[in-house]
Amino acid sequence: MRPMTITEKILAKHANKKEVIPGELINAKVDIALGNDITAPIAIREFKRIGAKKVFNRNKVVLVPDHFTPNKDIKSAEQCKVLKEFAIEQKLTHYYEGGEVGVEHALLPEKGVVGPGDVVIGADSHTCTYGALGAFSTGVGSTDLAAVMITGELWFKVPESMKFVFKGRLNKWVSGKDLILRIIGDIGVDGALYRAMEFTGSAIDKLSMDSRLSMCNMAIEAGAKSGIIAPDAVTKAYVERRTERPYKFYASDSSAAYCSLKEYDCSKLEPQVAFPHLPENTKNVSDAGNVKLDQVVIGSCTNGRIEDLKVAAGILRGKKVHKYVRLIIIPATPLIYAEAMKKGWFEIFLKAGAVISPPTCGPCLGGHMGILAAGEKALATTNRNFIGRMGDPKSEVYLSNPAVAAASAIKGRIAHPDEV
Amino acid sequence: MKFKGNVWKYGADIDTDRIIPARYLNTSDPAELAKHCMEDADKTFAEKVRLGDIILADKNFGCGSSREHAPIAIKASGISCVIAKSFARIFYRNAFNMGLPILESSEAVDASEQGDALEVDMDSGEIINVTRNVKFTARPVPLFMQELVNAGGLLESIKKKGALR
Repeated sequence: MRPMTITEKILAKHANKKEVIPGELINAKVDIALGNDITAPIAIREFKRIGAKKVFNRNKVVLVPDHFTPNKDIKSAEQCKVLKEFAIEQKLTHYYEGGEVGVEHALLPEKGVVGPGDVVIGADSHTCTYGALGAFSTGVGSTDLAAVMITGELWFKVPESMKFVFKGRLNKWVSGKDLILRIIGDIGVDGALYRAMEFTGSAIDKLSMDSRLSMCNMAIEAGAKSGIIAPDAVTKAYVERRTERPYKFYASDSSAAYCSLKEYDCSKLEPQVAFPHLPENTKNVSDAGNVKLDQVVIGSCTNGRIEDLKVAAGILRGKKVHKYVRLIIIPATPLIYAEAMKKGWFEIFLKAGAVISPPTCGPCLGGHMGILAAGEKALATTNRNFIGRMGDPKSEVYLSNPAVAAASAIKGRIAHPDEV
Repeated sequence: MKFKGNVWKYGADIDTDRIIPARYLNTSDPAELAKHCMEDADKTFAEKVRLGDIILADKNFGCGSSREHAPIAIKASGISCVIAKSFARIFYRNAFNMGLPILESSEAVDASEQGDALEVDMDSGEIINVTRNVKFTARPVPLFMQELVNAGGLLESIKKKGALR
């Protein structure tokens, strides 16, 4: 049989085929289909318009109102109401709101809703996050979501795979976020268009699950269909006490074909900062120059997890946020929120002068909870710095890891964590 | 399907936040979205676009978010089709699924300027720049995608297969 990558193996299994070849069109069974308060209303409208009555499986359609929640205005509340009514009507198992809801791509792995070997689609571009668990997962639009809600299947073009090998030890303050920002800086925002990105190497083996999740989360920022890391002992330890369904570990064959191979020596990497207005405009933090900031955001589906808040707390302990900087910290899920509070990090954040927000996507996409005025500059641990992403089209967003973000909040300008 | 209209030309990596900023995503009403279409790339667009006009863009059009509001806003604004050097993956799927005609042609994009008159034949992929009297052929649309379009979109094709429950 033809040697296959992990992505090809998962897709073949779900298409009920022995093997698949890049470029081939397949129909694959979907294990989990996800929608949020922005994308699900259109999917539900289409579902009803076409005359569908029942979702294919009430345990496999997941609705997470997380973008503009807690409802920021009447229109947003109306959209969330559409999700709630549909969840009640269809008796969906996985519907979360109020104190149960968190940022979808942090919430689903945490609750064990998604697992290794799954095919997951979500009407949200950052659905590629779950590749960190060894799943094939990809973002689609609302009509695709509606199609899966009806049939439990979706068409895919089997992607070619790109291999990224990370060797050596990560320097202090360098995380998964920096590895993915470095890749995007090298290959550009369409450098992986239509392809699967596979991350491997001794440095990936040692990477924590939180760092893996933030790495796969940003595969879409290189245009990729998916990002994936082969499951290992780290994965097993993470999913064992969470995943509710049986899961399966897949691995790429050693002779599998890749359309490209790129190797990195981690000992040469320092924290990265993406300058406006594309994630590909990356620089070493030490080359950032004097960029004065008005706001710093630590949170999102990229970097709102426990490891991220821990790093931020370590840097902010006993320090004060710069007088003219607003630091907004957004734990990504209720569990992360509770854990950070229990560990005493909330006290550190509050004493430093930070604002702690309930879990929400909020400012990441310019929704609410920290919108920028014209001319203002923000450094964020989020994933996009497009024009107008966090507010006024004349504002600027810079992207970094949580350590750089915390240090910069103290300094009032983009700063290296060693400076504080 | 044949279209005739004037060109709105944009650069590379036009992301979905520029096509329809997230601050307007608290609705999915096409007419409402159309009022803000392309707002952060071109403030004059929504006001001046005319029925049948054509968007031309450089590489990676529609990158970023999965929001189907982006092709919905473009279609509702009156744009007949989008021609780009390449499209971001999710935007590409969305456009076919919801019925916004799109074509890929680097040559047509490079040779045309803002305001040029274009004629587009979606079936043959022929693009004529009437203003400059030049003709191009777009990259062929994969057969599978053509079938989706002919069926009237993804959900209609599912309905025809009798897969509703």
